[in-house]
Amino acid sequence: MDVNKRQVGDVTILDLKGKITIGVGDVQLRNAVSEVMNGGATKVLINMAGVSTIDSSGIGELVSAYTTATNRGAKLKLINLPAKVSDILTITQLITVFDVYDSESEGVLAFG
Amino acid sequence: MTVDYRFHLAVGSRFENIELVQVVLKDCLQRIGMDDDAQHWVDLAVREALANAIKHGNLQHPDKQVQVDLAVEGDDLVIRVEDEGVGFDPSLVEDPLEEVNILRTNGRGIFYMRKFMDDITYSSGPGGGTMVTLRKRFAGPKTEPSD
Repeated sequence: MDVNKRQVGDVTILDLKGKITIGVGDVQLRNAVSEVMNGGATKVLINMAGVSTIDSSGIGELVSAYTTATNRGAKLKLINLPAKVSDILTITQLITVFDVYDSESEGVLAFG
Repeated sequence: MTVDYRFHLAVGSRFENIELVQVVLKDCLQRIGMDDDAQHWVDLAVREALANAIKHGNLQHPDKQVQVDLAVEGDDLVIRVEDEGVGFDPSLVEDPLEEVNILRTNGRGIFYMRKFMDDITYSSGPGGGTMVTLRKRFAGPKTEPSD
């Protein structure tokens, strides 16, 4: 999985591309979130537009990212969920846990 | 011409071998004429079964293998994944939808398998490890393989 980090004002955006699955993409996601959190980011958007497949390990890393951000007083939101990723979050009732937006501009504005 | 829609693989207990199985699986699912949407969910269910076999069954031991068997049995696609572990009681797995478990970082794999397949059953393999059998009903294989 490829991770591209960029800034839009004070919002850090992580563009993910590829599979978030056990042993590979899950670790990359964890490392990317850890890096931005340790760098002091308090507003993080995870752009899921390029995610082709996510398994339960990948979902677990998203949850971990969310709780890590929350515990640090930061906010983490998701944008551009592909339909099948949205379905997976929905069936495990995580769609109501995350703040999810259909576009980057909506996600950035949501931080206020 | 009779077309045999089946394969059997034995892979080492490394997560990267999941991708190897998925390549063969995808080819097979396309040849039997399963639609793209159904293929995606079957792919995910098999990923979860493989991940569990590698991680929990075989403890990623380099000398232990995961056996994967796929066959079409009537209107069912049947996939069996077997590890060389010490066995497993699926009734001990907690419900990830219970409020106390919603924010857990693990424990969703079996739930996904049950959601994405029409039936899953657990049994003991001949060597005492765990075998999970995944079944998906579909319209039946094409009479001729697609190119």
